[in-house]
Amino acid sequence: MSVSTNPSARGRKAVAAPARRVRRLSRRDKVVLGMMVGIPTLIQLVLVWIPTLMSVGLSFARWNGLELTDIKPAGAENYQFVAHDYPPFWPAVQHNVLWLAFLALVATPLGLLLAVLLDQNIRGTRIYQSIFFAPVMLSLALIGIIWQLFYNRDSGLLNFLLGTAGTPQAVDWFGDSGVNIWAALFAATWRHAGYVMILYLAGLKGVDPTLREAAQIDGASATQTFFRVIFPAMRPVNVIIIVITVIESLRAFDIVYVINRGTNGLELISALVIQNLVGEGQVIGIGSALAVILLVISLIPITFYLSRAFGKDKEA
Amino acid sequence: MTMHEDALLRASSQGGWDRRTLLKTFGAGAVAMAGIPLLSACTGGSAAGSGAKTATFGSGSSDEVPKAAYKAVTDAFEKKSGVKITTNVVAHNDFQNKINTYLQGSPDDAFTWFAGYRMQYYAGKGLLAPIDDVWEKVGGNFSDALKKASTGADGKMYLIPNYNYPWGFFYRKSLWAAKGYAVPTTFDELKALCTKMKADGLIPIEFADKDGWPAMGTFDYLNMRLNGYQFHMDLTAHKESWDQKKVSDVFDTWKALLPYQNPNALGMTWQDSAKSLADKKSGMYLLGSFLTQQYTDKAVADDIDFFPFPEVAVEGRDSIEAPIDGLLLSKKGGQNQSARDFLAYVGTPEGQDVYASVDSSNIATAKGTDTSKFTPLNKKLAEAISGAKNISQFFDRDALPAMANNVMIPALQTFIKDGTVDVKNLEAQAKSLYAAQ
Repeated sequence: MSVSTNPSARGRKAVAAPARRVRRLSRRDKVVLGMMVGIPTLIQLVLVWIPTLMSVGLSFARWNGLELTDIKPAGAENYQFVAHDYPPFWPAVQHNVLWLAFLALVATPLGLLLAVLLDQNIRGTRIYQSIFFAPVMLSLALIGIIWQLFYNRDSGLLNFLLGTAGTPQAVDWFGDSGVNIWAALFAATWRHAGYVMILYLAGLKGVDPTLREAAQIDGASATQTFFRVIFPAMRPVNVIIIVITVIESLRAFDIVYVINRGTNGLELISALVIQNLVGEGQVIGIGSALAVILLVISLIPITFYLSRAFGKDKEA
Repeated sequence: MTMHEDALLRASSQGGWDRRTLLKTFGAGAVAMAGIPLLSACTGGSAAGSGAKTATFGSGSSDEVPKAAYKAVTDAFEKKSGVKITTNVVAHNDFQNKINTYLQGSPDDAFTWFAGYRMQYYAGKGLLAPIDDVWEKVGGNFSDALKKASTGADGKMYLIPNYNYPWGFFYRKSLWAAKGYAVPTTFDELKALCTKMKADGLIPIEFADKDGWPAMGTFDYLNMRLNGYQFHMDLTAHKESWDQKKVSDVFDTWKALLPYQNPNALGMTWQDSAKSLADKKSGMYLLGSFLTQQYTDKAVADDIDFFPFPEVAVEGRDSIEAPIDGLLLSKKGGQNQSARDFLAYVGTPEGQDVYASVDSSNIATAKGTDTSKFTPLNKKLAEAISGAKNISQFFDRDALPAMANNVMIPALQTFIKDGTVDVKNLEAQAKSLYAAQ
């Protein structure tokens, strides 16, 4: 008897134990969870962190890109070179700052304006949305062609409209280093505004309509309702937009690259990174130093805004 | 030994991969990664040392006409020798940009490349196979200038030249005949001609530098005509300092030409300028002979003529800028006799005739190639090259690529814009960049 009861008791215990473990985590759950955490971490590590650290390391070295034994320590020489001897660097920093200011003060508000207008259920709103969003989806090559048609000195639309095409007074939109940065910024706005518009449209749809009604009952004007109630209610979207605007202005690259590869008045840090790291003019140490500088600059605003945004969420 | 080499290769190709991944982090992934699949696709093994007669051939000549021309050459060679050639064509920008990784991975036996510093650099790193034995066979087909350009820094031969294309002034005969212009042979005559053209309402010298590199042609010629061919070679190899009077003299002399060059150069590509020359808006254009590919209208193409850069101070017109394209053997390909035979074939007039029968825009390099189909212009270009004592390769082939792309392009663009150049800064940059190699 005792022999027969024991196993059943043990069996009951054995049944109970996994049941308790299920409430925590079964082995399978652990494996699944481990993989869900581990694989992205690994990918992150391999694709982001290790290369970043290597890039930081290489920025303090000289390397011709051939054999690993050719890597020679160089101290801060690469940074000195960039700051003192590399003429395109400081213009590039200025252009990046200008780019950020322009996107923040012109392109992003324009995107917001478009979103608010298209949120009014006007006729054909879908079509307008698609039109304004289209530039975001276009490929680099196509953007190059479009703006070439627009800005070309002798046969471009813009000089034609100004009536100066083919005359010596024609504005050289791409070649004149005092003008081409504005031409590029205009093209950047054309893309960025559409992007911001879509995000804000989604944000506006997500705002609780009762907020608007309540504000109207309290006697707020449309402007007041928007700036005092709706806009603050879209805080999560606002944070995303700020971060996107900053990131876009730092990694701005494609438009200047299709114009003239980021030379002659269109220098940007990202274009210099590409110039020094990819292709024939490869100088790994200097390219890495530029990349690290860009990384550090990007980290400042992003950390600031993210910590502010998520810090406040915790308090609330 | 082989295992050790394999480990080295793997280690270094690992290094290349990390670099690229790193770029991806900074949003450059798309550009950086673009070339990888193409290059990894063309790493087919060769039967080095085995009895099977095969060889692989990596080609950066991806444009339609040169691609077809190389196909004709490999077909003809296969028929003649029974060797099976496997060709891997890669888009030429990718091919050029990825050459580091390509040569360290598993490159093809033979591949397209050009003469100059970049060939000598890889030869010096031991990534190429010397081909002195091939040169013993076909060396007689080439001039001394070509031989000099095919030699590595160690005195061994590395390149089999296939074709080249000279740089010089191109102009429309009909325009010059109508206005009564004569070909200038000295710098003073050139300036006098420019003044006359300007008075006639023309842009005397067509010029385009949006892409940055075309202006190097003017710099190279002025440098060679003022300081000589050897100085050009020493300056581009950074055996000479940039911070010296000889270099500032080049820019000072150029300043006399600047008012006559197209003032809108910085917004124009060479194709825009080619159109302007065809439309008779400008008098002449200093460019490589690839300019003529732009003229599909036969009436215009037949109206184009050529004269070499005028004499300025030294060596008359002895030196010509004529970039040479040809074939190299990778280190691995050096063990494959069939690949050597293939290079030897390309070095014969017979092989070059096959190439030229498809691609006629370039000038074959071997003596004894068929010139009966040459246009008068081609004949003139060929004579200009064969008569030259020295052949330079163009600044971006003779110099360290980083010097050409990262330093000279911005410096020349600033010079075109403001007429100023900071030779001290050029020297500071050159010092850093050449040391990094």
